[in-house]
Amino acid sequence: MDEQRDLVAKSRLINEMSLKNRLIEFFTKWEVLLCIIFASMFIFFTLRTPYFLDWFNLMNATFQFSEKAIMALPMIFIIMCGDIDISIASIIALCAYVVGSAAQGGASIPSMIALSLLVGTLAGLFNGLMITTLNMPAIAVTLATQSIFRGISIGLLGDQARTSFPEGFGFFGQEFIKGTIIPFEFVLYLVLMLLFAFILHKTTYGRRLYAIGNSAEAARFSGVNVKLTRIINFTITGFFCGLTAVLLASRILSVRSNIATGWDLEIITLVVLGGVAITGGRGTVFGVFLGSLLVGYLKFGMGLLKFSGTLMTIVIGSLLISAVLLPRLLDLYKANRKLRLQAQR
Amino acid sequence: MPDHSFASFAKKAFARRESTLILLLFVLLVPISVRSPQFLSMKNISTILNDMAILSIVAIGEFYVILSGGIDLSVGSIIAFSGMACGMVNESYPQVSPALLLLLGIVIGLAMGLVNGILVAYGKIPPIITTLGTVNIYRGMTFLLSKGTWVTAHEMTPAYIALPRTTFLGISILLWIAFFVIALCYYFSRFTRTGREIYAIGGNPTAAKFVGVDENRVRVVVFLVSGALCGLAGALWTARYASAVNEMATGFEMQAVAACVLGGVNFSGGAGGIIGVVLGTLFLGVVTNALPVIYLSVFWQTCVQGLIILLALTLNTLSDQHKNKKLLAQRRG
Amino acid sequence: MPNALLEVHNLTKIFPGIRALDDVHLTLRSGEVHALIGENGAGKSTLVKVLTGVYIPTSGTLTFEGKEVAFRNALDAQASGIVAIHQEASMFPELTVTENIFMGHHLRNPRTKKLDWKAMTEQTRQLLARMQLDIDPDTLVKNLSVAKRHMVEITKALSLDAKLVIMDEPTSALTGREVEDLFRIVRSLKEQGKAILFISHKFDEIFTICDYYTVFRDGQYIGEGKVAESNEDAIINMMIGRSIDQLYPEHQKQKGKEVLRIEKLCQLGAFKDISFTLHEGEVLGLFGLVGAGRSEVVRTIFGIDKSSGGSMHLLGEPFKPKGAKESMRRGIALVPEDRQKQGLVLKMSLTNNISLPVLKQLSFKGMVTSAGKERTYVQCHGNQMEIKSAGYHVDAETLSGGNQQKVVLAKWIGTSPKILILDEPTKGIDVATKAAVHQFVCDMAQKGVAVILISSELPEILGMSDRILVMHEGYQTAILDARKATAESVMKAAIATTVMEDTHA
Repeated sequence: MDEQRDLVAKSRLINEMSLKNRLIEFFTKWEVLLCIIFASMFIFFTLRTPYFLDWFNLMNATFQFSEKAIMALPMIFIIMCGDIDISIASIIALCAYVVGSAAQGGASIPSMIALSLLVGTLAGLFNGLMITTLNMPAIAVTLATQSIFRGISIGLLGDQARTSFPEGFGFFGQEFIKGTIIPFEFVLYLVLMLLFAFILHKTTYGRRLYAIGNSAEAARFSGVNVKLTRIINFTITGFFCGLTAVLLASRILSVRSNIATGWDLEIITLVVLGGVAITGGRGTVFGVFLGSLLVGYLKFGMGLLKFSGTLMTIVIGSLLISAVLLPRLLDLYKANRKLRLQAQR
Repeated sequence: MPDHSFASFAKKAFARRESTLILLLFVLLVPISVRSPQFLSMKNISTILNDMAILSIVAIGEFYVILSGGIDLSVGSIIAFSGMACGMVNESYPQVSPALLLLLGIVIGLAMGLVNGILVAYGKIPPIITTLGTVNIYRGMTFLLSKGTWVTAHEMTPAYIALPRTTFLGISILLWIAFFVIALCYYFSRFTRTGREIYAIGGNPTAAKFVGVDENRVRVVVFLVSGALCGLAGALWTARYASAVNEMATGFEMQAVAACVLGGVNFSGGAGGIIGVVLGTLFLGVVTNALPVIYLSVFWQTCVQGLIILLALTLNTLSDQHKNKKLLAQRRG
Repeated sequence: MPNALLEVHNLTKIFPGIRALDDVHLTLRSGEVHALIGENGAGKSTLVKVLTGVYIPTSGTLTFEGKEVAFRNALDAQASGIVAIHQEASMFPELTVTENIFMGHHLRNPRTKKLDWKAMTEQTRQLLARMQLDIDPDTLVKNLSVAKRHMVEITKALSLDAKLVIMDEPTSALTGREVEDLFRIVRSLKEQGKAILFISHKFDEIFTICDYYTVFRDGQYIGEGKVAESNEDAIINMMIGRSIDQLYPEHQKQKGKEVLRIEKLCQLGAFKDISFTLHEGEVLGLFGLVGAGRSEVVRTIFGIDKSSGGSMHLLGEPFKPKGAKESMRRGIALVPEDRQKQGLVLKMSLTNNISLPVLKQLSFKGMVTSAGKERTYVQCHGNQMEIKSAGYHVDAETLSGGNQQKVVLAKWIGTSPKILILDEPTKGIDVATKAAVHQFVCDMAQKGVAVILISSELPEILGMSDRILVMHEGYQTAILDARKATAESVMKAAIATTVMEDTHA
């Protein structure tokens, strides 16, 4: 084994320059590709409908995807470490229940938010602790907690809805920044996106996430507390579920137990589409930002063209598969070409 | 020499997940039936079994994929597409016999499973990504097929609707089909080479390659089986619920995975059995049905299911840790 | 002399950019144990992969049983009767012994194609009996010890009716007694007329069990001969192409103050009652056969694993690390055994690898904004180790084994450790890097760093250490003064079962 790896290493050393170029090519490729897709989508919709390229419409459309885009940010951390969380929609539902019930009970807006954030954080912490202390796969644990968290909100809420909210609560999910046409939600997303990009790419924490995702064992031998990092990831995600629940409740002003159903897979799709490897260790916040905007505006544009939302799901599903398949096919093509060239020589 | 005494047999039996599940089922059933004797009535039992028949079929399909080290998130969408197709064919061509509709469902499922399998095996896309993509695509195709409408009971033929309910020897056709699937799959995974190769690929892909197991073939096979069973389940679903709607079986993949987890199927692949999966399904069914007996609103069903899965996972891990410790202690005191 | 079972002629295997095998020869005969000898990278594993059909040779011929053969895949080779015993990696832990033996060629009822479990279990029982092994065919392999798993693998080869059995480092995970069991089985295979290709680094094993040997070096055939007509020195000469110089760098043997005191340290299933002290500027050699529990001891000191008993004192203070982070903070560094998995994050750049343990110090309040600071740091320590690479931005996986090891060393000197632990630091690296590592260890000791050096190479342990702690199957059997220790006394302690005490302990 070792011998073979050495051989591979040696042969790589020889091809180092070309390999380096290829790596750079590869890493930039997906984001570049996303940009191209994004631009062509914009041009396509602009040509097809006069309502698309309209600042007010474009801004208004962000209401439809800001919350999911926000959730995709902490999910990057989780997937970066090779984990996955399929319980986020359920945590959002649980927090939304808390928000709605607190509102009905006459709580103030700050205390509603604080409660939601607290519940979300605790739920995320619970996920993280179960996964690391019992040493179980994240997908299995969050599958169980998905039912538990959702189940609590179903059990407590039944077929009821919470619809009475204090005056002014609608601000978070419905209003614009004063004097502009930019929704508060979207600004919040942009700020958070920059924050997450900073953490992932510029801090020791972010560097450790990459190390864990590529080799958890090597990270552990370098003094990285892998367990703690993973727990923190899940806890952060829980916290943002609480935040998203506030935004969502504020936007639709009605909380039912089935709120945010199916969001788990949608959000994971955004992250993977953005170029984060499902096995961990590779990806950028910028890519996920592009992925989120692409999906958001694709939905908006197709809605304008009166395409059913269903065609949308097909497009997104295909995009997701191509996101992984395309780079692989390109690599294969390059390798084949190289072999052919060598044979010719 | 190996010990053949009864004690060693019993010890082995109880080391197995299946026996634990049966034991747990009894532990659960005794207080429930004391509290509510009609719980164990033939009628109620048959209700539970019929409720669980479709899930057991789908869970077995999911089992093969998990056994090979993957996961199939697209089962709900395959059920929906197949169910919708069968419903629409039944509406437009009432002369087509229900049996043919089941076959149609299976063929549709096979085709969708084949796509999953090819993407995973030859496209080398991780199963979770592949099926995360196809869960969307297949659901979208269902909408395209139905153009957003649905098939209702009065648009379907009585023969088709009656299919799962008709009884034979006192047991519904739906259950017979489930039994047949279980028996067939048991045979497949116990007594065929391909069946065993799934265990090999899930347990240790490198080693499997060394003994000549064709990994790509196995990966395609598991998705084919999963697809076929989901297709069959879709055809049955439409008949049993006497309607085909676009949203049918949304999120059903989680139930199927849950049944597998309860049945002791290892998420990293390579371990588990059909009987365990069936018992896991049954366990879910009994718990769900027993909720009213303990005066818990049906609304708590989801939560209780989740707790049970978490408990099962915890027990799995703890028993593994215990075993490892014993093995270590044996090695060096 | 019987006729050749397998003949390899003029075999060459080229990978992009490298000749892994260059015109090599090998002749194996039935009823013979043939040693294939060579350093890491000599091409042994590549040859095994060609013989078992995993690699297709670039040129050359394989003649098996008098016929020229070309294996297209592993199955082809297996069907012809060539079976390799891989290390543990080739088992299915969740399946029974029977199934592990029959996977890939399950017995079937010829008419119904139904698998015949009864027949398989019965055959397994017979095979195990033939090997005099007390294993229940229905046991899951995950419940067997490492040694027994190995025996099951060999049983599997028998079930395939192998004519040639290839054993690649078969004893690396076995304890002394288990090695004896293995040799018994090898002898019985020999009596049954099988040919055995035995790949090992351990000369005592080669001289005990092998009849013939062939030596490879850098992918080339060097020579062959009868083991009985050769000796260790001659073979070593062939392996390395020059006589071994026993020159190891010297460092001042001046004992500083005590930095680490370990008393009756235990870990369930790994080691028991390990006690020693470690002083500034001292090199403590840790010797034992593979599987003696050496790595586990240092992993525990470094906080990767938890101890199950005993105590540690670091600079006089009680020490019970919860993780590597704490040990690092208290001044311990560990260069782990497995470079590729534990030492490096292969898919990260050299810069990111070298700075990983000290990220916090290089950052400003958690921010790695001052890229310049990181670069300076990395260049400083990287240049010190003379790493050969296209730059510090390339991924660690692109380097050769020796250079990778230099990166690992560079990564740890930056933490300015008081105690430096090296676990097999020269395993599988070239001679030049080996010498560099030895010099590095000396320099560190000279600077007053306390060093624990684990090695499986006796000359290295004897040449580098001040004192030598010897372990055997999880127990500490001796602490010897390196000046008085000889190869014999160390080896004796590594094999012995009686605990020897030394006044230096």
